[in-house]
Amino acid sequence: MTATTAATADAPPPGLRLPRRRGVELLLLAAAVLISVYGYVEVGLARHGTVPAGAARYGAGLAVLALLGHLAVRLRAPYADPLLLPIAVLLNGLGLVLIFRLDQETPKDQAAPTQLVWSAVGVALFIGVVALLRDYRVLQRYAYLSAAAALVLMIVPIFFPAVNGAKIWIRFAGFSIQPGEFAKILISVFFAAYLAANRHALAYTGRRLWRLQLPTGRVLGPIVAIWLVSVAVLVLERDLGTSLLFFGVFVVLLYAATGRTGWIAVGLLLAAVGAAVVGSLEPHVHSRVADWLHPFASIQRGEGASQLALSLFAFGAGGLLGTGLGQGHSALIGFAMKSDFILATAGEELGYAGLTALFLLYTLLVARGYRAGLAIREPFGRLLAVGLSSLLAIQVFVIAGGVMGLIPLTGMAMPFLAQGGSSVVTNWIMVALLIRISDRARRPRPARADTGVIARIVVPEEERGGSGHGGGRNGGGPR
Amino acid sequence: MIRHIRRTSAFCLLLLVLLLLNAARVQLLNEDEYAHNPANRRADLKRYNQPRGSIVVGGRSVTGSRDSGGSLRYARTYSQGPLYAPVTGYASQVYGTSLLENAEDELLSGTDPRLAPLPLWTALTREQQPAGDVVTTIDPALQRAAYEGLGGKKGAVAAVEPATGKVLALVSTPSYDPGELSGSGSGTTDAWTRLNASADRPMLNRALKETYPPGSTFKVVTAAAALEHGVVDDPDTATDTPSPYTLPGTATRLTNEAGGCQNASLRRAFEVSCNTVFAHLGVDVGLDDMAETAEKFGFNDDRLTIPSRVVESTFDTDMNDAQLALSSIGQYDTAATPLQMAMVAAAVANHGDLRRPYLVERLTDAHGDTLARTRPRRLHRAMSEDTAERLRELMTGVVTRGTGTKAAIPGATVGGKTGTAQHGVGNSGTPYAWFLSWAQADGAERPAVAVAVVVEDAAADRDDISGGGNAAPVARAVMQAALDR
Repeated sequence: MTATTAATADAPPPGLRLPRRRGVELLLLAAAVLISVYGYVEVGLARHGTVPAGAARYGAGLAVLALLGHLAVRLRAPYADPLLLPIAVLLNGLGLVLIFRLDQETPKDQAAPTQLVWSAVGVALFIGVVALLRDYRVLQRYAYLSAAAALVLMIVPIFFPAVNGAKIWIRFAGFSIQPGEFAKILISVFFAAYLAANRHALAYTGRRLWRLQLPTGRVLGPIVAIWLVSVAVLVLERDLGTSLLFFGVFVVLLYAATGRTGWIAVGLLLAAVGAAVVGSLEPHVHSRVADWLHPFASIQRGEGASQLALSLFAFGAGGLLGTGLGQGHSALIGFAMKSDFILATAGEELGYAGLTALFLLYTLLVARGYRAGLAIREPFGRLLAVGLSSLLAIQVFVIAGGVMGLIPLTGMAMPFLAQGGSSVVTNWIMVALLIRISDRARRPRPARADTGVIARIVVPEEERGGSGHGGGRNGGGPR
Repeated sequence: MIRHIRRTSAFCLLLLVLLLLNAARVQLLNEDEYAHNPANRRADLKRYNQPRGSIVVGGRSVTGSRDSGGSLRYARTYSQGPLYAPVTGYASQVYGTSLLENAEDELLSGTDPRLAPLPLWTALTREQQPAGDVVTTIDPALQRAAYEGLGGKKGAVAAVEPATGKVLALVSTPSYDPGELSGSGSGTTDAWTRLNASADRPMLNRALKETYPPGSTFKVVTAAAALEHGVVDDPDTATDTPSPYTLPGTATRLTNEAGGCQNASLRRAFEVSCNTVFAHLGVDVGLDDMAETAEKFGFNDDRLTIPSRVVESTFDTDMNDAQLALSSIGQYDTAATPLQMAMVAAAVANHGDLRRPYLVERLTDAHGDTLARTRPRRLHRAMSEDTAERLRELMTGVVTRGTGTKAAIPGATVGGKTGTAQHGVGNSGTPYAWFLSWAQADGAERPAVAVAVVVEDAAADRDDISGGGNAAPVARAVMQAALDR
């Protein structure tokens, strides 16, 4: 079904009424809800031999959320990609199942109900974005406001006490919020808007140094400054996962916008220098790298297993098909098992097969985001879609690679799966933005009134006009 | 721009491929290594996550499981711990397993691949199978008769069915309750310390794991060797043996407890247990032939399992004649487990055909379906049928008119051999009393049982110790129980 949907959505025959695929979406949503409920029931059966008491309520809750999301899309973004919402619902549902499953090990700390509330908040914001943000291009106007807001969001937690060594939380009235999560979207919007406006200046102006084309300081200055500030803030907050994430998205977008391979080289060089400096100066990071290189060294030293070792044990115990939901011992990981290490539970209880399915779900989500980006015809939308999608992809890679010993472990939330309100809300907003972009991408052009489009693609300054004043002011003049 | 976006999407795809390859490395390639890492508690958790399988004696389980509520959830219980400890061993969360609990651990803990509905099923699904049961060959009546017969004295009893090799009783006293070692609390560690510190060594399985000098009971083997190798043709002709007998190449004079051993016939010497005659016979047979016969009875075999491992019984193969003479009366460094001596009696009773002893009748899955059954097998042909027939007569004579009259049972043919073994430096230790015997009901086709009893009765007056006095009544009780089956 997926394949046919993709094929037909790919190449809309011009002039025909485009299929909206909302029925397909509804069907997939029903499947996503059923799979999640099935997982919920399976946990109950495996742990207590009975269907858990809340199964119906949980199923109904998830179904209502899915249905509301669907209605919003059907009414306000009828041409949106039909896979985005169901994948988000399925991942969120599976995340709730995994958290509910881990709740069985910690009777005093029930995280699933809270997470369901946060999911509801996320879906509400999703609906809000889908319904109210008629044209995502207005975001371009707020590029610098976004950057400023992102910086504020990242700086604020410095004034709150550190939690587990990382100053990324603000707490009030019993709630704890991770503002850095929201900053991700804002930073992506800024990167996309800025690069959309300045990509030609970046690509073609400036001095040549050996084989490297250096842009003028006027063009490069703001973006490097903001990047440096955000990285500095993150190092101060010791949230290296997010730092790595921003850097990855920055490089990807820079390359996508300018096509200069030299930038990648500079980016990698910067990353290497940064990693070396941080790795040697920060004992916190240093120990993470040591753990990554020798995950079992602490066992040999008789100091007990490191968290990475415990995580690897969990994955290993899963084997090909897993132990079955509720039947593994991933709770041995203990600290952060419901958040950073949630994937270990999936790996142990669903096995390599289940993990592959999960990764493919993420891949599909990313691919649909990219598809929307490729189908849209103006650079801001393109870069925003690519930015959000690669943000998702890199985030999955950094955390999954971290808990599985592929790269040094950095604390970060597995999108949609992990416990954490800010994260799940942010992810829903990201999916809402992708929905908006894909809706525009697949919508039949209104009477092709905007005939200037073709010309604008060839002439750079025309395109600048279409991309809002935020970037336009700062971009170099036409060359 | 489109081209570059496609390239970045390829980069994202590369990240996915890396993740999948790494997941395969962790979950499919390294999983075995992770599973065996000492810091990985999964194996322990899984093992104790379900009730352990039962060990069945006489159709009833003598073991159970209790839910401890801890993370190592099910702890072992034993319904008659001290009685069956030499059979079951212990299964402890802290100290591991021993004996049958150890030998059949995979089945009892549910990891045995035979428990799975299909081959490779557990490897694929990680599903834990309900544990299987171990059905033993032990007969509760014999076990109890032996246990009560020893009555708390230090000693051991092994009884086998001669025609099959089934181990019918396996008792070691003083015993202990293996249930004390189950669980993981401080009570467990205390019990472990106390049991290990005890001078009586209650956790030692004397029937399988301890060797004793067999003393005069080894004369059965020496007699078999003499008959097999043609040193004695007729048990009733006089042997050319002085009394006392001076050990070859030494000035040591070997004496007898009994009278009338001068040039005694094999029959006479066997019935009253003349040391001189058998020491002399052993030297006449020669070291190689003596060792060969001993090995056919099961000596010098360190690989015997029933499936609990049986400690090797030894007959030295590098001795001078004086040492050989002493070894031929079960002294010097000849040493045997009670089970080994029961096998000697069984070989005689079963016409020279020594069956491989076994303790496990069959293994079943949780539903009681048989997974494996032990088939009786020959271990060795210990001697010819003719020799066996003569030895049966000799052993019967011991019970009817010799040193073992206390073992006689009306209505049955009983053969026996007493033994009193010296040990310790300069034979200063309290001697061990031995009795080995077999019984066959009149009119029955096959012998019912072969028994070996050893009593290391430190409390008894040295002169009172003799196999006939201390050990024979225990053997008699066990044989009576076997004849009543």
